[in-house]
Amino acid sequence: MEPVLTSNWKVERSYTLDVYERRGGYAALRKALQMSPDAIVDEVKRSNLRGRGGAGFPTGVKWSFLPKQSDVPKYLVINADEGEPGTFKDRYIMELDPHRLLEGCIIAGWALGIHTTYIFIRGEMKLGAARLEMAIHELRAKGMLGANVLGSGFRHQIHVHRGAGAYICGEETALIEALEGKAGQPRLKPPFPAVVGVFGCPTVVNNVETIACVPTILDRGAEWFSSVGSDKNGGPKLVQISGRVKNPGTYEVPSGISLREFIESPQYGGGMIEGVTLKAVIPGGSSCPSLLPSELDVGMDFDQMRNVGSMFGTGGVIVIDSTQCIVRLAARTAHFYHHESCGQCTPCREGTGWVARILDEIEAGRGRQEDLDLLLNICDNMEGATICPLGDAMAMPVRGFLKKFRSEFEAHVADRRCPYPAW
Amino acid sequence: MTTESVPQDTAASYSFDAGTEARFQDILSRYPNLRAALLPSLFLIQEVSGYLSPAALEYIAGRLELPAGKVLQVATFYTMFHKKPAGRHHIEVCTSVPCCMMGGYGVLHYLENKLGIKAGEVTPDRKFSLASAECLAGCGHAPLMQINSEYYEHLTFEAIDRILAGLD
Repeated sequence: MEPVLTSNWKVERSYTLDVYERRGGYAALRKALQMSPDAIVDEVKRSNLRGRGGAGFPTGVKWSFLPKQSDVPKYLVINADEGEPGTFKDRYIMELDPHRLLEGCIIAGWALGIHTTYIFIRGEMKLGAARLEMAIHELRAKGMLGANVLGSGFRHQIHVHRGAGAYICGEETALIEALEGKAGQPRLKPPFPAVVGVFGCPTVVNNVETIACVPTILDRGAEWFSSVGSDKNGGPKLVQISGRVKNPGTYEVPSGISLREFIESPQYGGGMIEGVTLKAVIPGGSSCPSLLPSELDVGMDFDQMRNVGSMFGTGGVIVIDSTQCIVRLAARTAHFYHHESCGQCTPCREGTGWVARILDEIEAGRGRQEDLDLLLNICDNMEGATICPLGDAMAMPVRGFLKKFRSEFEAHVADRRCPYPAW
Repeated sequence: MTTESVPQDTAASYSFDAGTEARFQDILSRYPNLRAALLPSLFLIQEVSGYLSPAALEYIAGRLELPAGKVLQVATFYTMFHKKPAGRHHIEVCTSVPCCMMGGYGVLHYLENKLGIKAGEVTPDRKFSLASAECLAGCGHAPLMQINSEYYEHLTFEAIDRILAGLD
Protein backbone atom coordinates (compact mmCIF):
# COMPACT_ATOMS: atom_id res chain seq x y z
CA MET A 1 0.00 0.00 0.00
CA GLU A 2 1.23 3.45 -0.89
CA PRO A 3 1.66 5.39 2.38
CA VAL A 4 -0.72 8.27 2.98
CA LEU A 5 -0.77 9.19 6.67
CA THR A 6 2.96 8.64 7.01
CA SER A 7 3.96 9.90 3.55
CA ASN A 8 5.59 13.07 4.89
CA TRP A 9 7.23 11.68 8.00
CA LYS A 10 10.69 11.21 6.53
CA VAL A 11 10.72 14.47 4.59
CA GLU A 12 12.90 17.22 5.96
CA ARG A 13 10.96 19.99 7.74
CA SER A 14 7.76 18.04 7.06
CA TYR A 15 6.00 20.05 9.76
CA THR A 16 6.19 23.34 7.85
CA LEU A 17 3.41 24.77 5.68
CA ASP A 18 5.83 25.20 2.81
CA VAL A 19 6.75 21.51 2.64
CA TYR A 20 3.18 20.32 3.30
CA GLU A 21 1.78 22.44 0.46
CA ARG A 22 4.57 21.45 -1.90
CA ARG A 23 3.62 17.83 -1.30
CA GLY A 24 -0.01 18.45 -2.22
CA GLY A 25 -1.30 19.70 1.11
CA TYR A 26 -4.37 21.96 1.35
CA ALA A 27 -5.61 20.90 -2.11
CA ALA A 28 -8.31 18.95 -0.27
CA LEU A 29 -9.35 22.06 1.66
CA ARG A 30 -9.61 24.08 -1.55
CA LYS A 31 -11.73 21.32 -3.04
CA ALA A 32 -13.88 21.07 0.10
CA LEU A 33 -14.66 24.77 0.12
CA GLN A 34 -16.20 24.31 -3.37
CA MET A 35 -18.39 21.48 -2.11
CA SER A 36 -21.58 21.68 -0.07
CA PRO A 37 -21.18 20.75 3.61
CA ASP A 38 -23.67 17.89 3.19
CA ALA A 39 -21.67 16.45 0.30
CA ILE A 40 -18.57 16.30 2.52
CA VAL A 41 -20.40 14.54 5.37
CA ASP A 42 -21.76 12.10 2.81
CA GLU A 43 -18.29 11.46 1.41
CA VAL A 44 -16.93 10.72 4.89
CA LYS A 45 -19.87 8.37 5.59
CA ARG A 46 -19.25 6.45 2.38
CA SER A 47 -15.52 6.18 3.08
CA ASN A 48 -16.23 3.83 6.05
CA LEU A 49 -13.86 5.88 8.19
CA ARG A 50 -14.18 4.74 11.79
CA GLY A 51 -12.91 6.53 14.89
CA ARG A 52 -9.22 5.85 15.43
CA GLY A 53 -9.22 6.59 19.17
CA GLY A 54 -10.28 3.07 20.09
CA ALA A 55 -14.06 2.83 19.89
CA GLY A 56 -14.29 2.53 16.10
CA PHE A 57 -17.55 4.43 15.75
CA PRO A 58 -18.32 5.49 12.14
CA THR A 59 -17.10 9.09 11.85
CA GLY A 60 -19.67 10.29 9.31
CA VAL A 61 -22.50 8.98 11.48
CA LYS A 62 -21.05 10.73 14.54
CA TRP A 63 -20.90 13.96 12.55
CA SER A 64 -24.53 13.62 11.49
CA PHE A 65 -25.66 13.60 15.16
CA LEU A 66 -24.64 17.27 15.40
CA PRO A 67 -27.65 19.59 14.96
CA LYS A 68 -27.51 21.49 11.68
CA GLN A 69 -29.15 24.59 13.09
CA SER A 70 -27.96 25.86 16.44
CA ASP A 71 -28.56 29.12 18.31
CA VAL A 72 -25.29 28.62 20.18
CA PRO A 73 -21.83 27.98 18.74
CA LYS A 74 -20.81 24.41 17.82
CA TYR A 75 -17.34 23.10 18.57
CA LEU A 76 -14.90 20.58 17.15
CA VAL A 77 -12.62 19.09 19.78
CA ILE A 78 -9.66 16.98 18.76
CA ASN A 79 -8.78 14.25 21.21
CA ALA A 80 -4.98 14.30 21.21
CA ASP A 81 -4.72 12.94 24.74
CA GLU A 82 -2.91 9.82 23.55
CA GLY A 83 -2.12 7.79 26.67
CA GLU A 84 -3.28 4.19 26.36
CA PRO A 85 -0.15 2.13 27.10
CA GLY A 86 1.11 0.65 23.83
CA THR A 87 -0.13 3.58 21.76
CA PHE A 88 2.25 5.96 20.00
CA LYS A 89 0.83 7.24 16.72
CA ASP A 90 -0.98 10.57 17.21
CA ARG A 91 2.16 12.02 18.74
CA TYR A 92 3.98 11.55 15.43
CA ILE A 93 1.17 13.06 13.35
CA MET A 94 1.39 16.20 15.48
CA GLU A 95 5.17 16.33 15.57
CA LEU A 96 5.87 15.41 11.96
CA ASP A 97 2.73 16.31 9.97
CA PRO A 98 0.68 18.84 11.99
CA HIS A 99 -0.78 20.46 8.88
CA ARG A 100 -2.53 17.21 7.92
CA LEU A 101 -4.47 17.40 11.19
CA LEU A 102 -5.15 21.15 10.82
CA GLU A 103 -6.38 20.72 7.24
CA GLY A 104 -8.75 18.02 8.46
CA CYS A 105 -10.00 20.33 11.22
CA ILE A 106 -10.83 23.14 8.82
CA ILE A 107 -12.58 20.77 6.39
CA ALA A 108 -14.61 19.24 9.24
CA GLY A 109 -15.42 22.77 10.45
CA TRP A 110 -16.74 23.73 7.00
CA ALA A 111 -18.72 20.49 6.73
CA LEU A 112 -20.33 20.90 10.15
CA GLY A 113 -20.77 24.68 10.40
CA ILE A 114 -18.20 24.93 13.19
CA HIS A 115 -16.04 28.02 13.67
CA THR A 116 -13.81 26.94 16.56
CA THR A 117 -11.62 23.87 17.07
CA TYR A 118 -9.78 23.01 20.26
CA ILE A 119 -6.98 20.48 20.01
CA PHE A 120 -6.68 18.84 23.43
CA ILE A 121 -3.12 17.53 23.49
CA ARG A 122 -1.41 15.60 26.26
CA GLY A 123 0.59 17.96 28.44
CA GLU A 124 3.70 15.79 28.13
CA MET A 125 3.78 16.24 24.33
CA LYS A 126 5.46 19.60 24.31
CA LEU A 127 7.09 19.20 20.91
CA GLY A 128 3.74 18.30 19.32
CA ALA A 129 2.06 21.28 20.94
CA ALA A 130 4.83 23.63 19.79
CA ARG A 131 4.70 22.30 16.20
CA LEU A 132 0.90 22.73 16.13
CA GLU A 133 1.13 26.29 17.49
CA MET A 134 3.71 27.11 14.86
CA ALA A 135 1.61 25.58 12.08
CA ILE A 136 -1.48 27.53 13.23
CA HIS A 137 0.60 30.71 13.17
CA GLU A 138 1.71 29.96 9.60
CA LEU A 139 -1.88 29.44 8.49
CA ARG A 140 -3.12 32.66 10.10
CA ALA A 141 -0.32 34.64 8.51
CA LYS A 142 -1.36 33.37 5.06
CA GLY A 143 -5.10 33.89 5.52
CA MET A 144 -5.77 30.16 5.53
CA LEU A 145 -7.18 30.27 9.03
CA GLY A 146 -9.12 33.05 10.75
CA ALA A 147 -11.87 35.41 9.63
CA ASN A 148 -11.87 34.40 5.95
CA VAL A 149 -10.36 31.01 5.14
CA LEU A 150 -8.74 31.21 1.67
CA GLY A 151 -11.13 34.03 0.73
CA SER A 152 -14.15 31.74 1.00
CA GLY A 153 -15.95 33.81 3.62
CA PHE A 154 -15.79 30.85 6.03
CA ARG A 155 -14.27 31.71 9.40
CA HIS A 156 -12.44 29.19 11.56
CA GLN A 157 -10.10 29.35 14.54
CA ILE A 158 -7.99 26.55 16.01
CA HIS A 159 -6.58 26.61 19.55
CA VAL A 160 -4.21 24.19 21.25
CA HIS A 161 -5.21 23.23 24.80
CA ARG A 162 -2.71 21.22 26.83
CA GLY A 163 -3.85 18.51 29.20
CA ALA A 164 -2.02 18.24 32.51
CA GLY A 165 -1.44 14.56 33.12
CA ALA A 166 -4.59 12.46 33.47
CA TYR A 167 -5.26 9.37 31.34
CA ILE A 168 -8.98 9.71 31.99
CA CYS A 169 -9.09 12.83 29.80
CA GLY A 170 -8.91 10.53 26.79
CA GLU A 171 -12.57 9.78 27.60
CA GLU A 172 -14.44 12.42 25.66
CA THR A 173 -16.61 13.86 28.43
CA ALA A 174 -13.68 14.00 30.88
CA LEU A 175 -11.75 15.77 28.14
CA ILE A 176 -14.58 18.29 27.82
CA GLU A 177 -14.53 18.89 31.59
CA ALA A 178 -10.77 19.49 31.46
CA LEU A 179 -11.21 21.87 28.54
CA GLU A 180 -13.69 23.80 30.65
CA GLY A 181 -11.08 24.18 33.40
CA LYS A 182 -12.27 21.41 35.71
CA ALA A 183 -10.96 18.12 37.05
CA GLY A 184 -11.34 15.48 34.33
CA GLN A 185 -14.25 13.49 35.67
CA PRO A 186 -16.50 11.91 33.02
CA ARG A 187 -20.10 13.00 32.62
CA LEU A 188 -23.15 10.79 32.48
CA LYS A 189 -24.43 10.21 28.94
CA PRO A 190 -26.95 11.14 27.66
CA PRO A 191 -26.86 13.94 26.87
CA PHE A 192 -24.13 13.12 24.36
CA PRO A 193 -21.56 15.78 23.42
CA ALA A 194 -23.24 16.23 20.03
CA VAL A 195 -26.14 17.79 21.95
CA VAL A 196 -24.49 19.17 25.12
CA GLY A 197 -20.72 19.25 24.86
CA VAL A 198 -18.11 21.84 25.72
CA PHE A 199 -19.47 25.10 27.22
CA GLY A 200 -22.95 23.55 27.03
CA CYS A 201 -22.82 23.63 23.21
CA PRO A 202 -23.07 20.91 20.53
CA THR A 203 -19.63 19.34 20.15
CA VAL A 204 -17.93 16.73 18.01
CA VAL A 205 -14.95 15.00 19.61
CA ASN A 206 -12.68 13.18 17.14
CA ASN A 207 -9.28 11.51 17.47
CA VAL A 208 -6.19 13.01 15.79
CA GLU A 209 -5.71 10.18 13.31
CA THR A 210 -9.42 10.19 12.43
CA ILE A 211 -9.36 13.83 11.40
CA ALA A 212 -5.98 13.42 9.70
CA CYS A 213 -7.71 10.93 7.35
CA VAL A 214 -10.24 13.53 6.16
CA PRO A 215 -8.01 15.38 3.64
CA THR A 216 -7.16 12.04 2.01
CA ILE A 217 -10.84 11.08 1.72
CA LEU A 218 -11.50 14.31 -0.19
CA ASP A 219 -8.33 14.02 -2.26
CA ARG A 220 -8.86 10.46 -3.39
CA GLY A 221 -12.56 9.95 -2.87
CA ALA A 222 -14.62 7.77 -0.56
CA GLU A 223 -14.43 4.77 -2.92
CA TRP A 224 -10.65 4.71 -2.87
CA PHE A 225 -10.54 5.11 0.90
CA SER A 226 -13.02 2.34 1.65
CA SER A 227 -11.33 0.04 -0.87
CA VAL A 228 -8.07 0.16 1.11
CA GLY A 229 -9.52 -1.48 4.22
CA SER A 230 -11.53 -4.55 5.08
CA ASP A 231 -15.32 -4.76 5.15
CA LYS A 232 -16.80 -1.71 6.97
CA ASN A 233 -13.31 -0.65 8.10
CA GLY A 234 -12.13 1.94 5.63
CA GLY A 235 -8.72 3.32 4.94
CA PRO A 236 -5.12 3.08 5.98
CA LYS A 237 -4.51 2.64 9.71
CA LEU A 238 -1.60 3.53 11.91
CA VAL A 239 -0.67 0.49 13.97
CA GLN A 240 2.11 0.24 16.48
CA ILE A 241 4.18 -2.58 17.86
CA SER A 242 6.20 -2.65 21.08
CA GLY A 243 7.98 -5.29 23.14
CA ARG A 244 10.89 -7.58 22.24
CA VAL A 245 10.37 -7.67 18.49
CA LYS A 246 13.05 -6.87 15.92
CA ASN A 247 11.39 -3.71 14.54
CA PRO A 248 9.23 -1.98 17.14
CA GLY A 249 7.57 1.15 15.79
CA THR A 250 4.60 2.80 14.10
CA TYR A 251 3.46 1.52 10.70
CA GLU A 252 0.77 2.42 8.20
CA VAL A 253 -1.16 -0.63 6.98
CA PRO A 254 -4.46 -1.30 5.23
CA SER A 255 -7.13 -1.85 7.93
CA GLY A 256 -7.68 -5.57 8.39
CA ILE A 257 -4.24 -7.08 7.74
CA SER A 258 -3.41 -10.23 9.67
CA LEU A 259 -2.07 -9.70 13.19
CA ARG A 260 0.39 -12.56 12.71
CA GLU A 261 1.70 -11.01 9.51
CA PHE A 262 2.07 -7.65 11.25
CA ILE A 263 4.11 -9.16 14.08
CA GLU A 264 6.25 -11.47 11.93
CA SER A 265 6.73 -9.76 8.57
CA PRO A 266 10.20 -8.20 8.08
CA GLN A 267 8.35 -5.20 6.66
CA TYR A 268 6.70 -4.61 10.06
CA GLY A 269 7.51 -6.12 13.48
CA GLY A 270 10.04 -8.60 12.10
CA GLY A 271 9.30 -11.30 14.67
CA MET A 272 10.90 -11.81 18.07
CA ILE A 273 14.49 -10.85 18.82
CA GLU A 274 17.00 -13.68 19.28
CA GLY A 275 16.66 -15.71 22.45
CA VAL A 276 13.02 -15.12 23.31
CA THR A 277 9.77 -16.59 22.08
CA LEU A 278 6.27 -15.17 21.82
CA LYS A 279 4.08 -15.70 24.88
CA ALA A 280 1.05 -13.47 24.35
CA VAL A 281 -0.12 -10.41 22.42
CA ILE A 282 -2.21 -7.47 23.59
CA PRO A 283 -3.62 -6.30 20.25
CA GLY A 284 -4.79 -2.73 20.77
CA GLY A 285 -3.50 -0.98 23.87
CA SER A 286 -3.32 -2.22 27.47
CA SER A 287 -7.07 -2.42 28.04
CA CYS A 288 -7.52 -5.21 25.47
CA PRO A 289 -7.64 -8.88 26.53
CA SER A 290 -4.52 -10.79 25.47
CA LEU A 291 -4.31 -13.34 22.67
CA LEU A 292 -2.24 -16.53 22.66
CA PRO A 293 0.31 -17.31 19.91
CA SER A 294 -2.26 -19.71 18.42
CA GLU A 295 -4.85 -16.93 18.07
CA LEU A 296 -3.02 -14.47 15.84
CA ASP A 297 -4.54 -15.37 12.47
CA VAL A 298 -7.07 -12.58 12.73
CA GLY A 299 -7.51 -9.36 10.78
CA MET A 300 -6.60 -6.09 12.49
CA ASP A 301 -9.92 -4.30 12.43
CA PHE A 302 -12.67 -3.51 14.91
CA ASP A 303 -15.01 -6.34 13.91
CA GLN A 304 -12.53 -9.22 13.48
CA MET A 305 -10.81 -8.52 16.82
CA ARG A 306 -14.16 -8.54 18.60
CA ASN A 307 -14.92 -11.92 17.06
CA VAL A 308 -11.89 -13.45 18.80
CA GLY A 309 -12.81 -11.96 22.16
CA SER A 310 -10.45 -9.01 22.16
CA MET A 311 -10.47 -5.49 20.75
CA PHE A 312 -8.64 -3.52 18.06
CA GLY A 313 -8.61 -0.43 20.31
CA THR A 314 -5.90 1.99 19.25
CA GLY A 315 -4.01 -0.56 17.16
CA GLY A 316 -1.19 -0.53 19.71
CA VAL A 317 0.13 -4.12 19.63
CA ILE A 318 2.06 -5.05 22.77
CA VAL A 319 4.09 -8.22 22.34
CA ILE A 320 4.74 -10.18 25.53
CA ASP A 321 7.80 -12.43 25.35
CA SER A 322 8.66 -15.65 27.14
CA THR A 323 10.73 -13.90 29.84
CA GLN A 324 7.73 -12.00 31.20
CA CYS A 325 5.65 -12.90 34.24
CA ILE A 326 1.94 -12.61 33.46
CA VAL A 327 0.96 -12.08 37.10
CA ARG A 328 3.34 -9.14 37.36
CA LEU A 329 2.06 -7.64 34.11
CA ALA A 330 -1.52 -8.03 35.32
CA ALA A 331 -0.58 -6.27 38.57
CA ARG A 332 1.20 -3.49 36.69
CA THR A 333 -1.85 -3.05 34.45
CA ALA A 334 -4.19 -2.89 37.44
CA HIS A 335 -1.97 -0.32 39.17
CA PHE A 336 -2.06 1.85 36.04
CA TYR A 337 -5.85 1.97 36.01
CA HIS A 338 -6.01 2.44 39.78
CA HIS A 339 -3.67 5.42 39.49
CA GLU A 340 -5.72 6.86 36.63
CA SER A 341 -9.19 6.27 38.11
CA CYS A 342 -10.80 9.68 38.59
CA GLY A 343 -12.35 8.50 41.85
CA GLN A 344 -15.89 9.39 40.94
CA CYS A 345 -17.51 5.92 40.90
CA THR A 346 -17.02 3.48 43.77
CA PRO A 347 -16.70 0.23 41.73
CA CYS A 348 -13.78 1.67 39.74
CA ARG A 349 -12.11 3.69 42.50
CA GLU A 350 -12.16 0.79 44.98
CA GLY A 351 -12.17 -2.12 42.55
CA THR A 352 -9.03 -1.16 40.64
CA GLY A 353 -7.07 -0.77 43.89
CA TRP A 354 -8.45 -3.97 45.36
CA VAL A 355 -7.51 -5.97 42.27
CA ALA A 356 -4.05 -4.39 42.20
CA ARG A 357 -3.41 -5.28 45.87
CA ILE A 358 -4.56 -8.90 45.42
CA LEU A 359 -2.32 -9.27 42.36
CA ASP A 360 0.60 -7.78 44.33
CA GLU A 361 0.05 -10.41 47.04
CA ILE A 362 -0.03 -13.26 44.51
CA GLU A 363 3.10 -11.93 42.83
CA ALA A 364 4.86 -11.66 46.22
CA GLY A 365 4.03 -15.30 47.01
CA ARG A 366 1.36 -14.48 49.56
CA GLY A 367 -1.70 -15.26 47.43
CA ARG A 368 -4.50 -17.68 48.27
CA GLN A 369 -6.12 -20.07 45.85
CA GLU A 370 -9.51 -18.42 46.41
CA ASP A 371 -8.06 -15.07 45.34
CA LEU A 372 -8.29 -16.12 41.69
CA ASP A 373 -12.05 -16.42 41.79
CA LEU A 374 -12.26 -13.31 43.95
CA LEU A 375 -10.45 -11.38 41.21
CA LEU A 376 -12.98 -12.56 38.64
CA ASN A 377 -15.81 -11.69 40.98
CA ILE A 378 -14.52 -8.13 41.49
CA CYS A 379 -14.07 -7.70 37.72
CA ASP A 380 -17.66 -8.88 37.15
CA ASN A 381 -18.94 -6.37 39.67
CA MET A 382 -17.00 -3.47 38.17
CA GLU A 383 -17.96 -3.93 34.55
CA GLY A 384 -20.80 -1.79 33.32
CA ALA A 385 -21.32 -0.34 36.80
CA THR A 386 -19.67 3.02 36.29
CA ILE A 387 -20.10 6.30 34.39
CA CYS A 388 -17.21 5.65 31.99
CA PRO A 389 -15.38 2.50 30.84
CA LEU A 390 -12.12 3.00 32.79
CA GLY A 391 -13.05 0.28 35.27
CA ASP A 392 -13.94 -2.03 32.37
CA ALA A 393 -10.57 -1.19 30.82
CA MET A 394 -8.89 -2.80 33.83
CA ALA A 395 -11.34 -5.67 34.25
CA MET A 396 -11.05 -6.86 30.63
CA PRO A 397 -7.27 -7.42 30.47
CA VAL A 398 -7.07 -8.83 34.03
CA ARG A 399 -9.83 -11.33 33.27
CA GLY A 400 -8.12 -12.13 29.97
CA PHE A 401 -4.80 -12.89 31.69
CA LEU A 402 -6.56 -15.06 34.30
CA LYS A 403 -8.49 -16.97 31.68
CA LYS A 404 -5.54 -17.70 29.42
CA PHE A 405 -2.75 -18.06 32.00
CA ARG A 406 -4.60 -19.41 35.04
CA SER A 407 -1.95 -22.07 35.65
CA GLU A 408 0.69 -19.34 36.03
CA PHE A 409 -1.38 -17.64 38.75
CA GLU A 410 -1.99 -20.99 40.45
CA ALA A 411 1.72 -21.80 40.40
CA HIS A 412 2.52 -18.49 42.14
CA VAL A 413 0.04 -19.40 44.87
CA ALA A 414 1.11 -23.05 45.23
CA ASP A 415 4.87 -22.37 45.17
CA ARG A 416 4.50 -19.18 47.23
CA ARG A 417 6.89 -17.37 44.91
CA CYS A 418 7.29 -15.77 41.48
CA PRO A 419 9.57 -17.88 39.26
CA TYR A 420 10.77 -14.89 37.20
CA PRO A 421 13.71 -12.60 38.03
CA ALA A 422 12.91 -9.16 39.44
CA TRP A 423 12.58 -6.19 37.07
CA MET B 1 -6.49 9.00 42.15
CA THR B 2 -3.83 10.49 44.40
CA THR B 3 -4.06 12.52 47.55
CA GLU B 4 -1.32 14.76 48.77
CA SER B 5 -0.76 17.51 51.25
CA VAL B 6 -0.22 21.04 50.07
CA PRO B 7 2.19 23.34 51.88
CA GLN B 8 0.44 26.17 53.69
CA ASP B 9 1.85 29.64 53.34
CA THR B 10 -0.53 32.43 52.64
CA ALA B 11 1.64 35.34 53.64
CA ALA B 12 3.49 35.80 50.36
CA SER B 13 1.71 37.74 47.66
CA TYR B 14 1.81 36.86 43.99
CA SER B 15 1.24 38.77 40.78
CA PHE B 16 2.12 38.64 37.07
CA ASP B 17 4.80 40.87 35.60
CA ALA B 18 4.01 42.70 32.33
CA GLY B 19 5.26 39.93 30.06
CA THR B 20 3.36 37.23 31.92
CA GLU B 21 0.25 39.40 31.96
CA ALA B 22 0.41 39.69 28.16
CA ARG B 23 0.60 35.91 27.85
CA PHE B 24 -2.28 35.58 30.32
CA GLN B 25 -4.39 37.93 28.20
CA ASP B 26 -3.59 35.84 25.11
CA ILE B 27 -4.80 32.73 26.96
CA LEU B 28 -8.05 34.48 27.95
CA SER B 29 -8.71 35.43 24.31
CA ARG B 30 -8.94 31.74 23.34
CA TYR B 31 -11.95 30.81 25.48
CA PRO B 32 -15.55 31.97 25.82
CA ASN B 33 -15.33 32.12 29.62
CA LEU B 34 -12.74 32.72 32.35
CA ARG B 35 -12.81 29.27 33.91
CA ALA B 36 -11.63 27.48 30.76
CA ALA B 37 -8.38 29.44 31.06
CA LEU B 38 -7.50 27.65 34.32
CA LEU B 39 -5.30 24.80 33.01
CA PRO B 40 -3.24 27.01 30.66
CA SER B 41 -2.96 29.64 33.42
CA LEU B 42 -1.59 27.06 35.85
CA PHE B 43 0.95 25.94 33.22
CA LEU B 44 1.92 29.60 32.74
CA ILE B 45 2.49 30.08 36.48
CA GLN B 46 4.48 26.86 36.69
CA GLU B 47 6.65 27.91 33.77
CA VAL B 48 7.32 31.36 35.24
CA SER B 49 7.58 30.46 38.94
CA GLY B 50 8.67 26.82 38.86
CA TYR B 51 5.70 25.52 40.87
CA LEU B 52 2.20 26.36 42.05
CA SER B 53 2.52 28.02 45.44
CA PRO B 54 -0.56 28.56 47.61
CA ALA B 55 -0.20 32.30 46.97
CA ALA B 56 -0.15 31.74 43.21
CA LEU B 57 -3.22 29.50 43.39
CA GLU B 58 -5.06 32.13 45.39
CA TYR B 59 -4.00 34.80 42.91
CA ILE B 60 -5.21 32.90 39.84
CA ALA B 61 -8.48 32.07 41.60
CA GLY B 62 -9.05 35.81 41.96
CA ARG B 63 -8.13 36.56 38.35
CA LEU B 64 -10.45 33.84 37.00
CA GLU B 65 -13.22 34.61 39.51
CA LEU B 66 -13.18 31.06 40.86
CA PRO B 67 -13.44 29.81 44.45
CA ALA B 68 -9.96 28.92 45.73
CA GLY B 69 -11.17 25.39 46.43
CA LYS B 70 -12.02 24.78 42.76
CA VAL B 71 -8.54 25.88 41.74
CA LEU B 72 -6.94 23.63 44.36
CA GLN B 73 -9.08 20.71 43.18
CA VAL B 74 -7.79 21.13 39.63
CA ALA B 75 -4.18 21.75 40.71
CA THR B 76 -4.18 18.51 42.72
CA PHE B 77 -6.15 16.36 40.23
CA TYR B 78 -3.53 16.56 37.48
CA THR B 79 -0.09 15.01 37.89
CA MET B 80 1.84 17.58 35.85
CA PHE B 81 1.18 20.41 38.28
CA HIS B 82 3.89 20.74 40.93
CA LYS B 83 2.66 21.95 44.30
CA LYS B 84 6.23 21.85 45.58
CA PRO B 85 9.28 23.14 43.68
CA ALA B 86 10.63 20.47 41.31
CA GLY B 87 14.27 20.16 40.34
CA ARG B 88 15.67 22.27 37.48
CA HIS B 89 15.72 19.07 35.50
CA HIS B 90 12.57 17.07 36.17
CA ILE B 91 13.14 13.47 35.08
CA GLU B 92 10.21 11.17 34.39
CA VAL B 93 10.78 7.51 33.60
CA CYS B 94 8.02 5.57 31.90
CA THR B 95 7.15 2.34 33.74
CA SER B 96 3.87 1.46 32.01
CA VAL B 97 3.29 -1.97 30.52
CA PRO B 98 5.38 -1.97 27.36
CA CYS B 99 8.23 -0.03 29.03
CA CYS B 100 8.30 -2.15 32.19
CA MET B 101 8.99 -5.21 30.01
CA MET B 102 11.88 -3.39 28.33
CA GLY B 103 13.77 -2.25 31.41
CA GLY B 104 11.81 0.81 32.55
CA TYR B 105 12.24 -0.09 36.22
CA GLY B 106 15.93 -0.77 35.65
CA VAL B 107 16.30 2.79 34.40
CA LEU B 108 14.31 4.18 37.32
CA HIS B 109 16.34 2.25 39.91
CA TYR B 110 19.60 3.23 38.21
CA LEU B 111 18.61 6.90 38.42
CA GLU B 112 17.53 6.51 42.06
CA ASN B 113 20.97 5.13 42.91
CA LYS B 114 22.85 7.62 40.79
CA LEU B 115 21.01 10.67 42.16
CA GLY B 116 20.66 9.32 45.71
CA ILE B 117 16.92 10.05 45.79
CA LYS B 118 13.74 8.04 45.42
CA ALA B 119 11.09 8.61 42.78
CA GLY B 120 9.01 11.58 43.94
CA GLU B 121 11.99 13.35 45.53
CA VAL B 122 14.28 16.27 44.67
CA THR B 123 18.08 16.35 45.07
CA PRO B 124 19.24 18.68 47.90
CA ASP B 125 20.80 21.08 45.35
CA ARG B 126 17.45 21.17 43.49
CA LYS B 127 19.19 20.23 40.26
CA PHE B 128 17.20 17.04 39.67
CA SER B 129 13.81 15.67 40.60
CA LEU B 130 12.76 12.15 39.70
CA ALA B 131 9.40 10.52 39.09
CA SER B 132 7.98 7.40 37.51
CA ALA B 133 5.48 8.23 34.79
CA GLU B 134 2.62 6.41 33.17
CA CYS B 135 2.77 5.85 29.41
CA LEU B 136 4.66 8.63 27.62
CA ALA B 137 3.62 7.40 24.15
CA GLY B 138 7.06 6.20 23.14
CA CYS B 139 6.45 2.46 23.61
CA GLY B 140 8.37 1.43 20.49
CA HIS B 141 11.50 3.16 21.75
CA ALA B 142 11.60 1.80 25.29
CA PRO B 143 13.05 2.29 27.78
CA LEU B 144 12.64 6.04 27.81
CA MET B 145 12.56 9.11 30.00
CA GLN B 146 11.47 12.69 29.61
CA ILE B 147 13.58 15.49 31.09
CA ASN B 148 11.55 18.70 31.11
CA SER B 149 10.29 18.78 27.50
CA GLU B 150 12.87 16.45 25.91
CA TYR B 151 12.38 12.74 25.24
CA TYR B 152 15.37 10.40 25.57
CA GLU B 153 14.66 6.97 24.09
CA HIS B 154 16.39 3.56 23.77
CA LEU B 155 18.15 4.24 27.08
CA THR B 156 21.18 2.38 28.37
CA PHE B 157 22.99 3.10 31.64
CA GLU B 158 25.88 4.58 29.63
CA ALA B 159 23.46 6.84 27.74
CA ILE B 160 21.90 8.02 31.01
CA ASP B 161 25.34 8.92 32.40
CA ARG B 162 26.13 10.87 29.25
CA ILE B 163 22.76 12.67 29.17
CA LEU B 164 22.92 13.72 32.81
CA ALA B 165 26.53 14.87 32.49
CA GLY B 166 25.44 17.18 29.68
CA LEU B 167 22.91 19.04 31.84
CA ASP B 168 23.98 22.13 33.76
